[in-house]
Order: sequence, then structure tokens, then C-alpha cells
Amino acid sequence: MKVVHKLYILLWKELKTESRAKEVLTSMLVFSLLVVTTFGFALELPRDEVGKILPGLIWVTLIFAGLLGLNRSFVAEKQNDCLLGLMLCPIDRSLIYFAKTITNLVLMGIVELVSVPLFFIMFNYPMPQKTGLFLLILALGTYCFIAVGTFLSALAAGTRTSEILLPVLLIPLIIPVLLSAVLVTQHALGSSIAGVSLYLKLLATYAVIFTVLPALLFDYLLEV
Amino acid sequence: MTQPKNRLSEKLLAWFTFFSVWIALYLALVYAPTEKTMGDIQRIFYFHVASAWLGMFAFLVVFVASILYLVKKEFKWDIMAQTSAEIGVIFTTIVLVTGPLWARPIWQTWWSWDPRLTTTLIMWFLYLAYGRIRKAIPEEEKRARYSAIYGILAFTDVPIVFFAIRWWRTMHPGALITSSGVGLAPDMKPAFFLSLIAFTVLYFYLMNKSYRVERLRIELKTLREHFIGDR
Repeated sequence: MKVVHKLYILLWKELKTESRAKEVLTSMLVFSLLVVTTFGFALELPRDEVGKILPGLIWVTLIFAGLLGLNRSFVAEKQNDCLLGLMLCPIDRSLIYFAKTITNLVLMGIVELVSVPLFFIMFNYPMPQKTGLFLLILALGTYCFIAVGTFLSALAAGTRTSEILLPVLLIPLIIPVLLSAVLVTQHALGSSIAGVSLYLKLLATYAVIFTVLPALLFDYLLEV
Repeated sequence: MTQPKNRLSEKLLAWFTFFSVWIALYLALVYAPTEKTMGDIQRIFYFHVASAWLGMFAFLVVFVASILYLVKKEFKWDIMAQTSAEIGVIFTTIVLVTGPLWARPIWQTWWSWDPRLTTTLIMWFLYLAYGRIRKAIPEEEKRARYSAIYGILAFTDVPIVFFAIRWWRTMHPGALITSSGVGLAPDMKPAFFLSLIAFTVLYFYLMNKSYRVERLRIELKTLREHFIGDR
């Protein structure tokens, strides 16, 4: 079997379980909607102030909503020893990681599709001027976050207190992603920020490093 | 494996640490001249910089020991990574406490989002998280493996954080004290370098002690399992 085909089978399994249970996606969606409204209630800001904080709000919301999904990502596999079954498959173990990453990216994509436009509607802020850059940073930032997040979710799932542990492990590691993504988003919304290309390069570097490292280390993580 | 008594080299290390810390204290608090503009508060800098250097060094040791553990699967590397991370967190805490103490009168603020400050803070969080992993896994082999993986990830992140925030906020006067070694008055140099030496030998002394404590703890556990049975 070709690698692509193996990956396809794993992905199919992931998406099928999620489409049947729908527990992760619904919680993520409801949570992100709640956060949008809570911010709307809590912060009453004049229009010109909104532009300064909106990128930060969007990214913090996405990260917290993502944490909900990541928390379930590998813990769900521990029921009925599903993870052991996956490990027994005649595939390279890193494929499991990549299948999970892609699944989480799909989930995040759906959440973003719903919640990001809502931010602009609820805060009555004009849609981003540089739409291309906005979409690029949304994709790149989400990828960096999910690439590290999926790996750490596998790590946390092996511990007794995975739900509490994951945010503690993950948030410090993704600080560079958060900073760069917020600034580039700000730029895409209209306020000009110096050095946007540097941040994009930094994110790209981060994406490469944290794709290669998990792929290398995942074998060690799943040893029995 | 057992070392019932302190070896001569360990005794020497202990005495060397003892004297160098006292001499460093004397040089920093008495011998070194009072800085003209900052006054006595500047003396905190001798210990601040020394702790910062050791914090970083300790985390580098964690990184190297983590890689070696994953490659060789020998528990001594895991113990080394663990003890070094603990000591590193302590030294970084010292940095994060002494820094604001100095900054309050000099910068008129406890904290600024300067690259160096922010990086140090994030690094501190990363290695606190490292400690949390160790607490959350009871099985020894798994704990060693998982924390080694995180030890590698965490250290890779530190340079990225540094570059990210370097472009993020403007530089604060913090940059002045970072190139300190060169721009020091001749009278301050002995205090500065002796603090560095004293803290470095202190690190090795602490490493040596806690490494042995951990070894003994493991040995005690195997003995107990052997005689009382697995608990």
C-alpha cells in the first residue's frame, strides 16, 4: 500500500468517528460562539479601539476552542485500547500523527468558518482589507498551532491528568505563533505593522520545525 | 552504584563552592564600587546575570540529556535532565525576582515586555510545564521518555520565542545591561566574574547532590520491592 492510501484510510476512520459522534465539533463550535458573545458583552469598545484588540481576541478564541478539540483527540483513542489497535497497524507511526493533525485542521477550519466572520459581525467591524493575507495567516497560524497541539495532545493523553496538563504544556510553546499571528492579522485588518514578511517567515520556520520534530519524536511517544 | 561516602572530588567541590560563594558575596557587596547613577541597587546585577547564565546552561543540559536518553535509554540521563531542569527553574526564578527589584527604581516599572524579559518568562513557564509532566506520570520509563520529548521541544522553542518578540516590541533599556561583561568598570570585574564562577560551581554542586539523591531513591525503591514485595 502506498503511503497516501494508508493516510487516506486513517483519515477516513477519523472523520467517520467524528461525523458519527459529532461531540468534539459541536462543543468547539458552541464554545467559540459563547466566547464571541462573552467578549461582546464584556468589552464595550468604540470602533477605533476594536481594531487594536480584535486580532488578539480572534486568536485567543481559536486557541481555546482548539484546546477543547485537542483534549479529546487522543484521549478518545484510549477507550477500548483503540490506540493500541492503531499502533498495531502495519504503517509508519508518524502517519497516525499526520492523520490526527489533518483531522484537527479540518475541525479548526469549520470552527473558523463560523466564528471568525461572527467576530466581524458582532463587533461591527469592516471585513479585512487584505483578504488574501488574512486567509493566509489564518491557515498558517492554525497549522502551527495544530501541529504542536496534536503532538502534545498525544503526549498528554499518556498521563493521568491530560485535560489539565495539555494547556500548561501547549500554551508556552505556541507563544511565538500567537504573537506573530496576531501582528500579521492586525496588518491584514488595515493598521500597518512593520516587518510582516519577517513574521510570516518566522511562522513558516516554526511550521517546518514543528512538523519535522513531531514526525521524528512520535515513534518514541508511542512506544509500549 | 552506591557511593556511601563523599568522594574526595565531591568534598573539594563542596569546599570550593563554599569559599567562592563567600568571596563572590564579599566582592559584590563590599569590594565593588557603588555605581554612580544607580547606587547600591546595581549590586543585584552580579547575581542576576550569574543566575540568568546558569538558568540557560541548565536548560541546555536538559536538552542534551533528553536527546541522550532517547538514544541510549539509560536512566542516568533522565535523572540528569530532571535535576538540571529543577535547578534551572530555581535559578530562572531568581532572575525573575531580582530583575524587577532592580527595574523598579531604575526603569520606574517592575516589568517591561522587553525581548529578554519575555523570553526568560516563557522559558520559565516551559520548564514549569516540564515539571508538571514528571508529576503526572507514575511509570518511570514512560515518565522519562515523555519528559525527554518535551525537554527537546521546549528547548527548540526558546530561540523562536526570542526572535518572535525581538521584532514584536521595541527594545527597552534592557539591552544596556546585556552587553555588560565588556562595559564594566575595572573594579567591578572581579565581582562579576567571581559571581559567575561561584554560581557555576554551585550549579555543579547541586547537580551532584540531587543526582545522587535520585540514584539513592531509585536504589531504595528496588531494594524495597525486593524485600517487601512490589507495592
